[in-house]
Amino acid sequence: MSALVEAIDLTKRYGDFVALDRVSLAIASDELVSIVGPNGAGKTTLVNLLTGLLPPTSGQVRFKGEDIAGIGPVMLAKRGMARAFQLVHIFPELSVAQTLAVAVVSQTSKALRFFTAVADDAAVNSRVREVAAIFGLDGKLRTPARLLSQGEKKLLDIASAFALSPEVILLDEPTSGVSSADKHGLMRNVVDAARRAGVRAIILVEHDMDLVAEYSTRIVAIQAGQILADRAPADFFSDPEIVAAIVGKRPARFGQGAS
Amino acid sequence: MKIAAVLVAFVAVAALPRVLSPYHVTLVLPALAYSIALLGFNLLFGYTGLLSFGHALFVAIGGYGAAVLSSKLGLRSFEAILLLSAAAAVAVAIPIGLLAVRYVKIFFGILTLAFGMLFHSFLFKFYDLTGGDTGIRVLRPSLLGRAYEDLDKTTWLVGPFYYYCVGLLAVLAFVMWRLVHSPFGLHLVATRENRRKAEYLGVRVRFFRLIAFSISAFYGAIGGAILAVNTGQADPELAYWTHSGELVFMTVLGGFGNFFGPIVGAFSFIFLKDQLVGLTQYWRFWLGAILILIVVLFPRGLSGLVERMWARLHRSTPS
Repeated sequence: MSALVEAIDLTKRYGDFVALDRVSLAIASDELVSIVGPNGAGKTTLVNLLTGLLPPTSGQVRFKGEDIAGIGPVMLAKRGMARAFQLVHIFPELSVAQTLAVAVVSQTSKALRFFTAVADDAAVNSRVREVAAIFGLDGKLRTPARLLSQGEKKLLDIASAFALSPEVILLDEPTSGVSSADKHGLMRNVVDAARRAGVRAIILVEHDMDLVAEYSTRIVAIQAGQILADRAPADFFSDPEIVAAIVGKRPARFGQGAS
Repeated sequence: MKIAAVLVAFVAVAALPRVLSPYHVTLVLPALAYSIALLGFNLLFGYTGLLSFGHALFVAIGGYGAAVLSSKLGLRSFEAILLLSAAAAVAVAIPIGLLAVRYVKIFFGILTLAFGMLFHSFLFKFYDLTGGDTGIRVLRPSLLGRAYEDLDKTTWLVGPFYYYCVGLLAVLAFVMWRLVHSPFGLHLVATRENRRKAEYLGVRVRFFRLIAFSISAFYGAIGGAILAVNTGQADPELAYWTHSGELVFMTVLGGFGNFFGPIVGAFSFIFLKDQLVGLTQYWRFWLGAILILIVVLFPRGLSGLVERMWARLHRSTPS
């Protein structure tokens, strides 16, 4: 199997505390893998290891066959993986267009151009407009990020990750802070955008089981630092033990089975 | 509109020797020197968000560079002196920057302060090399190959040297304008606004900060060389930490959020200091009081105040 992202026997210890215990996981093209689990189960640790932010205590993280353990965010972006955070990360004083331009430019040799005006670069501008349009931000290109609504900030945060043209994108609770009415719209937007932008796989960390059920091709449940289940959504939600351990209740999509 | 305002200001500054007394023109010279130094300083402070409390170090390298090159090594070409001094400043900035740009906020400020103080004691203690507290004389350099030996010192300063510095400021301001609007400048602001996010968007934060630090050192040294030629002397006061403080003062006074703020700050500070020194021996007290008022009432400095008045004027006139 040609895995795009692969974790092999990953262990992370903080002193005596084992946050992640020999976790193995492979994510292939065209997958949307959701990572779920109660708070403190080790989701964040796993995600931080998968994105090369933290080095594992033992084990390997591979992306496109290369070891990316602890390579850090800048190299991660260069290799083709983008990450958006649970808490909105924006550049308050930069406009929507400038924010997207940072990502568009950083991956080209243009990042070290000192004397050309970035605002006059036609290639950068057209890519910026393209990404903004996907996320419905094309009407606000000149608006400073700090003046956007909370939902728009979230969109901009995710859009800027897309502007890197990544092969894999990791979304850490993309819908947190978004009203439940808008959650599906946002997710649909992101998934569609990913498809159009040529993103090969999405890793999603999410608490909202309706969203997980609706959009995942596979669900990985983490509990106490170990993988409790790694299954397709239908299998996942039909197992009463897993549902009881991780979910608490079944999402609407899979009905109210006996439990 | 903006371009017209800049051109008017440029012509006005260039015309000052025709209206002002030579004494007042010699006051404008340091304002030009500080304008250049602060354009660099503000690339670091305003755009990159790193406040250096030791930037006089680079101004002093410029000053001592001019002194050593002109009076000890016999170099006369001001262009060569500027380039060599600025290159020396960059050579010093790179190792300091490699350490300092790992930090932000107060830690960056304290580190740069510490390096500034180190350099000050070096100038003070190594008497044979630096002339200790009396410093080193700076001989009059040639400008674009012309020595102007028929002119006395003041005529030379308020004549050829003045216009040379105005030209230099214009060129370096233009270069800085291009820098802050380039992809490089955009990345700097991104690192200031959200370091984490910038990294995840592929921005090599420390590398960009280091380049900004080096460019600011380059500009600082050019300003320092002009200052030293103007006074005819490079002494350790150039590197003293209060001098670094004055650089911060001028930038805050002018407004670090505006490209032209540092230039406004340099000119206002020199004018203000001259007026206050003539009025009272407690001029430092009044300078301090003014800084407090600026920070509390106009945190965006004088240039921010002008921007606000300009915006209000435009809103109140029906279009």
